[in-house]
Amino acid sequence: MNWIRVTSTENIPLREGRAVRIGDQEIAVFNLGDRFVACHNACPHRGGPLADGIVSGTSVVCPLHAYRVCLESGKVTKPDLCVRVDTYPVRVEDGVVMIAMPEEQEKAA
Amino acid sequence: MEDLVVVGNGMAGVACLEQILKHAPKFRVTVFGDETHVNYNRIMLSSVLAGERTADDITINPLEWYQQNGITLRLGVRITDVGPKHRTVTGDDGSATHYDKLLLATGSQPLIPPIEGIDKENVLTFRNLNDTRALVARAGKGVRAVVIGGGLLGLEAARGLQLRGCDVTVVHLVETLMNMQLDGTGGLYLQRKMEQMGVRVLTERSTTKLLGNGRVEGVCFKDGAELEADLVVVAAGIRPNVELGRKAGLTVNRGIVVNDYMETSSPRVFAVGECVEHNGQIYGLVAPLLEQGKVLAATITGNRGPVFQGWTPAAKLKIMGVDVFSAGEFQESAGIEAVRYEDPAMGVYKKLLLRGNRLAGVVLVGDASDSNRYMDWLRNDADLLMRRRNLLFPEPEQDRGASVAEVADSETVCGCMGVSKGAIIHAIHEKGIRTLAQLKECTRASTGCGSCTSVCEQILKAVAPDFEEETKKVLCKCVPFPQENLREIIRSQKLKSVQQVLEIYGNGTGCEVCKPALSYLVDVVWCGDHEEDRSARFINDRVHANIQNDGTFSVVPRIRGGVTSPGELRRIADVAEKYRVKMVKITGSQRIDLLGVQKSDLPKIWADLGMPSGQAYTKGVRMVKTCVGTEFCRFGVQDAISTGIELEKRLENLYTPHKTKMAVTGCPRNCSEATVKDIGLVGQEGSWQVVVGGAAGKHVRKADLLITVKTNEEALEAAMLFFQYYREHANYLERTYDFVERVGIEKIRKETVYATPPQKRDLLRRLRKSKALSRDAWLEREAPVHPTQFVQIQPMEVIQ
Repeated sequence: MNWIRVTSTENIPLREGRAVRIGDQEIAVFNLGDRFVACHNACPHRGGPLADGIVSGTSVVCPLHAYRVCLESGKVTKPDLCVRVDTYPVRVEDGVVMIAMPEEQEKAA
Repeated sequence: MEDLVVVGNGMAGVACLEQILKHAPKFRVTVFGDETHVNYNRIMLSSVLAGERTADDITINPLEWYQQNGITLRLGVRITDVGPKHRTVTGDDGSATHYDKLLLATGSQPLIPPIEGIDKENVLTFRNLNDTRALVARAGKGVRAVVIGGGLLGLEAARGLQLRGCDVTVVHLVETLMNMQLDGTGGLYLQRKMEQMGVRVLTERSTTKLLGNGRVEGVCFKDGAELEADLVVVAAGIRPNVELGRKAGLTVNRGIVVNDYMETSSPRVFAVGECVEHNGQIYGLVAPLLEQGKVLAATITGNRGPVFQGWTPAAKLKIMGVDVFSAGEFQESAGIEAVRYEDPAMGVYKKLLLRGNRLAGVVLVGDASDSNRYMDWLRNDADLLMRRRNLLFPEPEQDRGASVAEVADSETVCGCMGVSKGAIIHAIHEKGIRTLAQLKECTRASTGCGSCTSVCEQILKAVAPDFEEETKKVLCKCVPFPQENLREIIRSQKLKSVQQVLEIYGNGTGCEVCKPALSYLVDVVWCGDHEEDRSARFINDRVHANIQNDGTFSVVPRIRGGVTSPGELRRIADVAEKYRVKMVKITGSQRIDLLGVQKSDLPKIWADLGMPSGQAYTKGVRMVKTCVGTEFCRFGVQDAISTGIELEKRLENLYTPHKTKMAVTGCPRNCSEATVKDIGLVGQEGSWQVVVGGAAGKHVRKADLLITVKTNEEALEAAMLFFQYYREHANYLERTYDFVERVGIEKIRKETVYATPPQKRDLLRRLRKSKALSRDAWLEREAPVHPTQFVQIQPMEVIQ
């Protein structure tokens, strides 16, 4: 795990997401109010930008065809499919959102 | 003729008097009321405080009623003494009035706890219309109000004051709210609802002192803590007014003691309502008091026979959106089985207490829609053995008339308006009533607190030959209310943001279906003067462009009436090249679409274009398509271009339930296809036809004629009236063509172009207010609502 300092918490409004490119990965970061979460910014269905979706509790709804992705597990819950998007651990330190990137991807970048 | 004197002009006394009049007795009636207002519906005072109704709205019997029935009404006179020997009552105006029969309906008064300094200024109670007026006069934005007592009245007062802008804290003596009617869990559910609405709740606080020099400035608790306050409401309970009963020499315990025939210990004196005690029980609800009134009326008119058999104690909180109902027992005890249901996210808690297989009590918080069913079980002592699987959920419907058939015709269905089952059936037969709305209009049933609505519907279903159920489709499971109710809730509860609606009336989170719908509703209810929450909007409305299948966006500038210029076209061409847009396309709406734009380029493109947003991405005003009309066309009979551009200017930048496309055509040849648009103006020789509800999408529908008018201005006004009416009445995502078919063009005409001048003025006023608060969304290029609205975030560190 490689913790990357990403952006000030203020840059991600409450209950919205923002896209950020880390290495060769496009990642969607969300502000759920009580915490921040991150996942790969592409819906498993047609690659829609999840960062642009509407947040519903701890899920996000893809803006293209309303696939619903659980931001905790990465699982697609509507329709109920056995498909996941990658999720990434997030922590906040000194007002900065930090995302942990896996080592392989770090090497690939 | 005998003299009947009634002391008390409240609901119980006057309802009893109505029953006495039905027996056609030979009484000369005098009614004394110490309030100066005619008889009103006391249980609706909280909605007067909340600003949902006016004092006039809650009047039950107007002055004319007293006159028509030959009743002498003495308002503002308090009876201070009874002389049973000479059979007179004495008023505080010095008057003495003779009686042959005396009816005491003196009600109750607020219990004032022994708190030091309770006589300070701005310390009020909440019991009658004068109290309510005093509270309204003192309430306002920023006023710090403390309500002492977290029971029914205290909570209703708290919510009412909060709706008037006060910063409200409820102080409650024990651990949980409404502890006389709810168990601890129910009290906590209720507390959470109140807190979500913005009312602060402090429990286990004993108030010992009110602070302030003359005027109240704060409250002091037993533990020494203090709380600042500009206004204190004492709602610590009520006690029956029994002094006159004592003076009349009656047997008095907590209340004036009556038997099953509603007789007191004296043959000439009767009592009814909250001041009486029957079998050790005092009632404060309307239904048992009306029942008492009927029994008393029979007894006093010499038709002694009917008896009052007591009533299951029940309570219902009257705060919109906070369903609380309790009846019978509410605490577990030996021999009691409890059946519970809880949904913390929806704030729903239900508990049924069973003894044997019979209901002993029920507690409902968050959803009291089944309260009538449980009340029936309680009152009928129903054997529930066969219903054990369906206690908390409706039973599969078998004979839907059965439960209605069990109710006697004489039984009151609507306690607020005093409408019996028989009266409802009579109205159905005589007036041909088929819908609940018609029933409300005809009989006033279910127009009070609304708790009898489901019973009224059942009666309609069972009796009306062609009952039309009002299909109430709820918006979404996150906020399970029909949209028309949500509009009303948003308006009356003064909810200005989507999140407020979700937290108080929904599951607190919302979803992609309800959030955009609620965004629309708060915008239209407050005419744009709401708290905009972009997180509740679809991405198109966050960045003012239409998302495409590859995550890029399309840009459609406004080209009013489809009229552009060489300079504009040149700028569009330059922009297309500079930002390498993937495609430039002429749309079907006489506009130009630039496709394949990156989100981060949007503000720069808008700036380079120097044109306003065409709103091609939103549920809002799209465009007005025009033909060239009289300006160039050989056949043109009306100026389509300037009229179309004017129409677009008047309506652009506004949100609508669904997209709104318009067209103006200069002659009946209809080149701009106005008859298949949401709103169309069709030019005729010397007049305009204004047509609405056309479609040329998934299905094709020819627009309905709204009206034919002479001048351009009249045509524009008719279009604006329809436009605003559609905004205020259509469901979100309902196109005009569905709306017009659902509502009917006749009704729409009546409520728009044929409405009264004040109604039209109001529609146009609200439209103008919305318009004044709207602006070109693309101006956010200079003043983004958030620093990263259009920005792709760059990480603070790079992976090596």
